[in-house]
Amino acid sequence: MSDADPQARRNAPALTLHVPEPPYRPGDTPDFSSLVVPPAGATARPDTTAEPRETFPLTDALVRVLDEDGRAVGAWDPKLDPDTIRKMLRDMVIVRVFDDRMYRAQRQGKTSFYMKCTGEEAIAVATAGAMHRDDMHFPTYRQQGLLVSRGYPLTKMMCQIYSNAGDHMKGRQLPIMYSDKEHGFFSISGNLGTQYPQAVGWAMASAIKGDSRIAMGWIGDGATAEGDFHSAMTFATVYNAPVILAVVNNQWAISSFSGLAGAERATFAARAVGYGMAGLRVDGNDALAVYAAVQWASERARSNNGPTLIEFFTYRAEGHSTSDDPTGYRPAGEAQQWPLGDPIARLRQHLVALGEWDDERHDALVKQADAEVRAAQKEAEKLGILSEQGRENIESMFEDVYADVPWNVAEQRDQALKEAQG
Amino acid sequence: MATMNMIQAINSAHKVTMARDPDVVVFGEDVGYFGGVFRATEGLQREFGITRCFDAPISEGGIVGTAVGMAAYGLKPVVEIQFADYIYPGYDQIVSEVARMRYRTAAEWTMPMVIRTPYGGGIFGGQTHSQSPEALFTHVAGLKVVIPSNPYDAKGLLIAAIEDPDPVVFFEPKRIYNGPFDGHHDRPVTPWAKRAEAEVPDDHYTVPLGQARVVREGAELTVLTYGTMVHVAAAAAEENGVDAEIIDLRTLVPLDIATIEASVKKTGRCLVVVEATRTSGFASELVTLVQERCFYHLEAPVERVTGWDTPYPHAYEWAYFPGPKRMKFALEKVMAD
Repeated sequence: MSDADPQARRNAPALTLHVPEPPYRPGDTPDFSSLVVPPAGATARPDTTAEPRETFPLTDALVRVLDEDGRAVGAWDPKLDPDTIRKMLRDMVIVRVFDDRMYRAQRQGKTSFYMKCTGEEAIAVATAGAMHRDDMHFPTYRQQGLLVSRGYPLTKMMCQIYSNAGDHMKGRQLPIMYSDKEHGFFSISGNLGTQYPQAVGWAMASAIKGDSRIAMGWIGDGATAEGDFHSAMTFATVYNAPVILAVVNNQWAISSFSGLAGAERATFAARAVGYGMAGLRVDGNDALAVYAAVQWASERARSNNGPTLIEFFTYRAEGHSTSDDPTGYRPAGEAQQWPLGDPIARLRQHLVALGEWDDERHDALVKQADAEVRAAQKEAEKLGILSEQGRENIESMFEDVYADVPWNVAEQRDQALKEAQG
Repeated sequence: MATMNMIQAINSAHKVTMARDPDVVVFGEDVGYFGGVFRATEGLQREFGITRCFDAPISEGGIVGTAVGMAAYGLKPVVEIQFADYIYPGYDQIVSEVARMRYRTAAEWTMPMVIRTPYGGGIFGGQTHSQSPEALFTHVAGLKVVIPSNPYDAKGLLIAAIEDPDPVVFFEPKRIYNGPFDGHHDRPVTPWAKRAEAEVPDDHYTVPLGQARVVREGAELTVLTYGTMVHVAAAAAEENGVDAEIIDLRTLVPLDIATIEASVKKTGRCLVVVEATRTSGFASELVTLVQERCFYHLEAPVERVTGWDTPYPHAYEWAYFPGPKRMKFALEKVMAD
């Protein structure tokens, strides 16, 4: 067909633009029956020294360990001792209770903003368990489980949320944008995706120095569309960086379903194939599968066998943040229909199946978690809530722009102090 | 002491700091084996090994993004962005991450790094190899911005920048890499070797950030400038018989306001000379500061010489570049009555 053939042009179909839409909107009855959920234990576990291509089938599969009856099955079973599992369950429960308390604190006007990770607790908590305490994380805003699991004081987290005197970031960051060097937790950015190449750079530095510590970068399904995702993947493979790159696919980026990041065409784990990176797709609501996958990728990175992209397939059970109402764009009951279940319920069921847990102990755990979180909140509130902040110590606002205060910032500080007194 | 052009001086600054500090790493597009398209990193990989100086993928966002991670680890990355015109894919990392890390974490994490990048016109580079985007960086709290105008300053400022605890964007005026440029494009280029500023110590020394240099003392007019335009402005003042005090700012952030203020109060007149586009440029900031601080000492309105508010047009290089003609008109205007 040539350009000079206007008749042929006229007969060509009109081009159409595909704008992805989620299958269900408010008022619809969600139905996940067409979602392929492979049985637990069905996926092979390659050696941690395997060539990346041996993992490629796993990018379109789903690594699952816990079966319907709560038993751990298959090659990926990390065979953890009951104490380790109980510790994970405890941390996940703490995270959930903490989220509920802080959500409520925001609703009570004690802070401006909060983000829960309900339904995703297993991902950060089991990851922390599977990695070394001094490995470095470049998280997003839904990995509070890393801090909890590494023993970061709950009071300090809350002080950050309240921007009060106990906030070591001096009230400069939005609530939940934690940072703690001591706990290997890099400062969270609100600019999505930026932390991904940063994780790769940290891992490159560790390799340059002949260190043994590895890094892990975190991103959500939505932000994989950012250029930073591509540059991180490229640098990680080019330099064989000792890094794990996680995509937490909770299927929702505020109101945009994962199709807007390309999920209608391929899994997020399958992005690894094009870069020649090892890739795994994992049931993110299965703590043991998460643990096993991260352990596998850690071993791989630590032995110079290269980076791994892991997609944690999960579901964002609640709103994006306290500023979001998901009933405006998805069916209200969708979270309850999600076929991969609740990560806490599944791990609890597993411990019970092992004979290592029962309802009584679980109730006691929840009660204890609740008491612990309440006590932490009481401590934190002694140091103030957000509405009381921002009036004292105004000069601190002008510190840390640079190591030294330049003349222009000093002049502005003096003016701000005058305004505050006036 | 050796005679160096700006490239050699910049290369020497890398060598001196890499030898002194094992945490300094250098990477960027073509900087490793090949030594950079302008040769600024030549020999570094040979001397310090492939993990201290290496090539990067064509990804400015990736270069700056990984540099953030390296700085977080404890290294001091010195990265090259091949042309300032290519820096924009890294802009988000620079503005949202590099610049603000110290502040947002109350100094728990800091970003000691240098982002080097050749900038400016006069080399027939067209619109993608001629831009002067320094104002996009001086506008960002947390960044330092440095622009040398000769070999001695280039080495001393670069060493100071690498040793600085804060991130520095280091713009190199590529038109004068090999020799100063007085704006007369039709005349032969003078090599640096004939100039005193080409005498560069082989060893470590610094030119402190935040200190301007009075290139020429004068009584009638203060000229505030930096980069290539230092030489264009100095030549024009001389050709037009104006006894001008030429101030090479050298560091735009933090700015040496004391030197500026003292000079303008002495001369009573001020001309700001930059290569960049006019509207919302750094020249505008300088004019404002002079107006705020020296108004009652001024005998004439402060004038600006700048590039035009158009993209950089390839074939019209010399109609665009703020050269001797534009300087002459501005000098006449600022010196009138």
